[in-house]
Amino acid sequence: MKLNDEEQDILAGKAGSLPQQALQHQIKVGDFFGAKDLVPVTQAHIMADTESLGEAGVQWLEGLAATTEGQRRVRIPTITDPRGTDFAKADLLGQTSAMLDLERRAIAAFEKLGVAMTNTCINYQTIQPPTRDEHTAFGDTGVVIYANSVCGARSNFEGGPSALSAGLTGRTPRYGFHLPEQRRGTVRIQVDHTPSSLNGWGALGGVIGRLAGNYWAVPVIEGFEGAPRSDQLKHFGASMASFGSIALYHLAGLTPEATRLSDIADTNLPVHRVTKADVEALQKSYHTDDTVDVVVFSAPQLSLYELGDLASLCDGRKFSVPMLAVTSPQVKPDSDRIGYTARIEAAGGHVLSGMCFYQSYAREISEARGWRRLATNSAKLVNILGGYGYRPMLASMEACVDAAVSGRLVRT
Amino acid sequence: MSEQIFRARHAMGPTVRGPALVANDGFSARYDLDRIKGIFSRPAHKLAGKSYVGKILVLDTAKGGVATAWMLHEMKSRSIVPLALVLNSVNPILAQGAALGDVAMLAGFDEDITAAVPDGAEVEVNPAEGWLKLI
Repeated sequence: MKLNDEEQDILAGKAGSLPQQALQHQIKVGDFFGAKDLVPVTQAHIMADTESLGEAGVQWLEGLAATTEGQRRVRIPTITDPRGTDFAKADLLGQTSAMLDLERRAIAAFEKLGVAMTNTCINYQTIQPPTRDEHTAFGDTGVVIYANSVCGARSNFEGGPSALSAGLTGRTPRYGFHLPEQRRGTVRIQVDHTPSSLNGWGALGGVIGRLAGNYWAVPVIEGFEGAPRSDQLKHFGASMASFGSIALYHLAGLTPEATRLSDIADTNLPVHRVTKADVEALQKSYHTDDTVDVVVFSAPQLSLYELGDLASLCDGRKFSVPMLAVTSPQVKPDSDRIGYTARIEAAGGHVLSGMCFYQSYAREISEARGWRRLATNSAKLVNILGGYGYRPMLASMEACVDAAVSGRLVRT
Repeated sequence: MSEQIFRARHAMGPTVRGPALVANDGFSARYDLDRIKGIFSRPAHKLAGKSYVGKILVLDTAKGGVATAWMLHEMKSRSIVPLALVLNSVNPILAQGAALGDVAMLAGFDEDITAAVPDGAEVEVNPAEGWLKLI
């Protein structure tokens, strides 16, 4: 990989041991993908829940943080994905003191490195959305696909170690979706309907993700009526990224790089039709039970608008099974101040902040609380939780709230 | 006995030798594994219930999210880790995880590697030279 003078100095250790170590990691990854050089990035976003890190990962972070003050700080704005807990709600989740101690150690290490603990997977809604052609190093697949597709920014999936490396060096290997030629469509998708519900958007994203198949595929989607809202594309993209590891899609005539289909795709690409029946089949495949142990709204964290909708559905209801709604630390104060939190809690629900359900020791939560049959409106969440021992079921926000009241999920 | 060699376009990590665990399915450490028991745990995965520890995993493509970038390192610290990952295609997360965890990885073959390598075969993975060999 070609390095400029500054990068050669970093590699030689002249900027300190941390940037040197970070650049060595980046060169290893860049060489693997044939990157020719590095590209400066403006912001980094680190996924680092402690279930993923484990003791080994936290010790690794603490080793970095032990570097002398003045030589260990990130050089660009660097923020974090959700933590593995909401400390105020840890008892509700059945989390142990060992889990919380590990979280505290990870947070302390990140703070020493100069990382801002935003703890959000919706930073494009709550912190600062990137602009078109802005090169970033974002973690969390939902963040990357939204930034690339809806904002027209340029990022690969950057796992925690690589996003932190980008924060420390201010650059990342130039491969994948940093390259214009990689951003062209590889498959055309013709849809026959425009979903209205968030679970419908998520299920459609899941069908397209499965169909497209791998990280290097770029679906170009045609057939939507009107302009989708941010929350709809949030669920759509997060699910597509989850089911298919997709990092970029284009909506013909809607997203920034796809004003004209010919701008981003050859007209002779294969066309696949995705029907409403395909979407309903995916949703029904997860409806494996009629009773639920817990209802969860999470993955991605809820926006203020989603919490407002949820609060309206909670008015006058009384839950018989636990109902958890997970949002970001940026949205939670507004939800509290406006009164959404109180209305959800009045029905017996819980509003959690700064975590995401599947990133919070989901297996251990299930065992501690006896939660297995889980209803949610997040297609991403149902795709993930099967491996954690759950029977996840996908339904509308309205049906999930009804299930929290009755303990039964009505088949649709 | 004749040896069959498959060359990869992308490679990193140490040379290893061991039994292949093969399926035409995807891979994500978070989505697919019980990392405590060391088995595939997603019910729909073609390797559900099988141990991945010490195996050379031969799979189709990377799936899911970014957690694998940490999890390979974490699994290696407890010696509950695949010996190598061999895939038709990978995403950046698997490569980043292999780089941090120093796990052998090959990706990008001219043939479908999941069809070329028999399940249970003894194989050698040599990233420095970019090949997998059936022993």
